[in-house]
Amino acid sequence: MTKKASPNTKSWRNIPLAFLIGGLICTLGQGLTEFYRSQGLPKDEASTWASVSLVFLSALLTGMKVYDNIAKYGGAGTLVPITGFANAVVSPAMEFKSEGFVLGLGAKMFVIAGPVIVYGITAAVIYGLILFFMGAF
Amino acid sequence: MEMLLPYLKAFAVGGAFCALGQVFIDYTKLTPARILVAYVVAGVVLGGLGIYQPIIDFAGAGATVPLTGFGALLAKGTREALGEKGLLGALTGGFTASAAGIAAAIFFGLIAALLFRSGDKS
Repeated sequence: MTKKASPNTKSWRNIPLAFLIGGLICTLGQGLTEFYRSQGLPKDEASTWASVSLVFLSALLTGMKVYDNIAKYGGAGTLVPITGFANAVVSPAMEFKSEGFVLGLGAKMFVIAGPVIVYGITAAVIYGLILFFMGAF
Repeated sequence: MEMLLPYLKAFAVGGAFCALGQVFIDYTKLTPARILVAYVVAGVVLGGLGIYQPIIDFAGAGATVPLTGFGALLAKGTREALGEKGLLGALTGGFTASAAGIAAAIFFGLIAALLFRSGDKS
């Protein structure tokens, strides 16, 4: 009973906060995309540069321990954007550096990013196979 | 006002993706790692079905910045590579399209981990 009630009472704050902070990160992404477009880049490349910039900012802010403080309020708003993916790479890399550069930093970096890549790429390969065989018959 | 519209759309749609993620965190047992995996796979499926591109056309970064956009990018890269290279494209497309994002996360991640210390939690 209490288990069920406790998250619900927080949700009236968590969900709007996730919306606000996640929305702001995407708005920043839009600003970056339009900046790169104004530099003459085509749409796709501008969007890729915006993602790379967000990844850079997230790595920097995670290193400075700012991102995790935002994440306390942002919840899924700081998880779902690509900055959350970058944070999931940097954070364990920093934490496990003390266990060595290969099996500590190098391996733990992929604790969350690894599964994301594994299932993302697998889904993409399956999609490719479906397209290929649909075209073949 | 017209100039602000793309930003408003990015804010609203991107915010909605995140709010949905928060609903999963608060009301289901999905952990953050599972949510990221689910978003990427959902993005591949929605991108593959052609549903995601209209959302990108409408919301710009509001659709490309959430991890569903990363998934849709994997599907798009696969589709394009398949057209160019045939079956081999099914294997190369996903990584090719996502290479910049993944390499950036690895490279900047490594640099950040070397420069900063995690500390204070222990």
